[in-house]
Amino acid sequence: MKNIWIIAKREFQTFFDSLVAYILLFAFLGLTGFLTWFFGNDIFLVKQADLGAFFDFAYLLFIFFIPAITMRMIAEEKKAGTLEVLVTRAISDWEIVAGKYLACLLLVGTSLLFTLPYYFTVAWLGPMDHGATIMGYFGLLLLSSAYIGIGLFASSITNNQIVAFLLALLIGFVFAFIFDFSASLFPGGVGNFLDYLSFNTHFNSISRGVIDSRDLIFFLTLTALGLLLTERQLAQRNVID
Amino acid sequence: MDISVKNLSKKYGTQKAVDNISFTVKTGEILGFLGPNGAGKTTTMKILTTYLSATEGEVKIGSFDVSDNAEKIKPHIGYLPENNPLYLDMPVLEYLWFMAETQGVSKENIPGRIATIVSQCGLNKEKHKKIGELSKGYRQRVGLAQALIHDPEILILDEPTTGLDPNQIVEIRNLIKEIGKEKTVILSTHILPEVEATCDRILIINDGNIVADGTPESLSKKAEESSVFRVQIKSPKPDELADELRKLEDVSLVEVLNRAEGKFEITSKSDMPFREMLFNSCVKNGWILTELQFMEASLEDIFRELTLN
Repeated sequence: MKNIWIIAKREFQTFFDSLVAYILLFAFLGLTGFLTWFFGNDIFLVKQADLGAFFDFAYLLFIFFIPAITMRMIAEEKKAGTLEVLVTRAISDWEIVAGKYLACLLLVGTSLLFTLPYYFTVAWLGPMDHGATIMGYFGLLLLSSAYIGIGLFASSITNNQIVAFLLALLIGFVFAFIFDFSASLFPGGVGNFLDYLSFNTHFNSISRGVIDSRDLIFFLTLTALGLLLTERQLAQRNVID
Repeated sequence: MDISVKNLSKKYGTQKAVDNISFTVKTGEILGFLGPNGAGKTTTMKILTTYLSATEGEVKIGSFDVSDNAEKIKPHIGYLPENNPLYLDMPVLEYLWFMAETQGVSKENIPGRIATIVSQCGLNKEKHKKIGELSKGYRQRVGLAQALIHDPEILILDEPTTGLDPNQIVEIRNLIKEIGKEKTVILSTHILPEVEATCDRILIINDGNIVADGTPESLSKKAEESSVFRVQIKSPKPDELADELRKLEDVSLVEVLNRAEGKFEITSKSDMPFREMLFNSCVKNGWILTELQFMEASLEDIFRELTLN
């Protein structure tokens, strides 16, 4: 646990040293702020004291932003050769992967923390379903967790950050949109299965304020699978050069 | 901690990078790993550091087998990989702190260790800079500092002096010698004076095989046993000359310096008998010997003799 924290701390620090964190926080807060309060189906138009609009935009933005956070995690270390130093330290491959995962999740968590003023403001404006809102945040975190797992895996199979970004984005797109869309095309069992694989299904179900073990299991399994595959990939030591 | 390698082989696909090598290194010994590029030095070192796993064979560090005790061995190893990879966006002190933490140095001991290493590696002036702002020589010192931060018993350095100027090379060498007194050190290089100056033992590796193993003195002695001649011969068939020379008994290496002018450098196992043999074959083949110059054989010649064939 201590080793995981050592890795996470450095990665988190690097986000802020390299401006990645500032750019992402600025873009995320700017866009969600704009879309939640001023544009399209914003709160004043809907005239309901809930953060549904915010959660929908945040969900969309995360599909793009999370690959940008995870892309350099392993690919860059592979390219620079620093991965070799790291894996020969008194630290296991598993701890390295977990540390990097934790750092990404912390950055996402930080960005959500900065949106708490939205929550307080809306709660002040009118009667709010606090349970649904808290679950909305929880759903975003779960989604991010699964997607970070995918992003780390994409970053571990290449030493090119752009490839890692695009690959993670592609997989993210499939989970977020393609499964959802194709589920409506197939009736019966296949449709249900595709529906089950969709991020959308589970995120919507959680953000409605219902906690269902199936949704939890879905996101947590995906996280575990992503991290496991990443660890396997690291253990293979396939240094591409 | 001793290192013992037995019948180690490593294959990349079908290509054999290391082919059945065995050697041991004892505590307090500095072993120089010598060989042309692509000979298998780096691969062997990567196996020793647990980065790669061996295809066959046994590698023991202390009493632990590398293949199934990686986590127990790693804290005892300091490793400076080839090309010295560093986090360029980190300041030196922060980097060393991180490296100490990942090597399990306890929090109370880290400041002390960093202070020692920073002064030992001559990093005092540059310690607050980002690594990316440092010159190559200083980066190399940071790499060495990183390998030494946890006071490891085993130090594995892959080409530690590349890119340094002559003064820095001497400094780093002295540092390695100083540190090497109580540790087990393996360093690789293809700079010959370096091993002569730093190492207690030399291992020459070529095409994945060990071709020589001995102290610098014993290898120099071996070098004295063979003689190097520079010859110039006029022959009616200049193209066949090199092959004819290679057929001579005692000749171990013929290097063509200039085919058209018939200039060769010949390494021979004997001195006088070779001169006589050369004279006789000149007479027999109708060659005209226009130059015969005796050159002193050095460690460099031994290296070339062993790795060029």
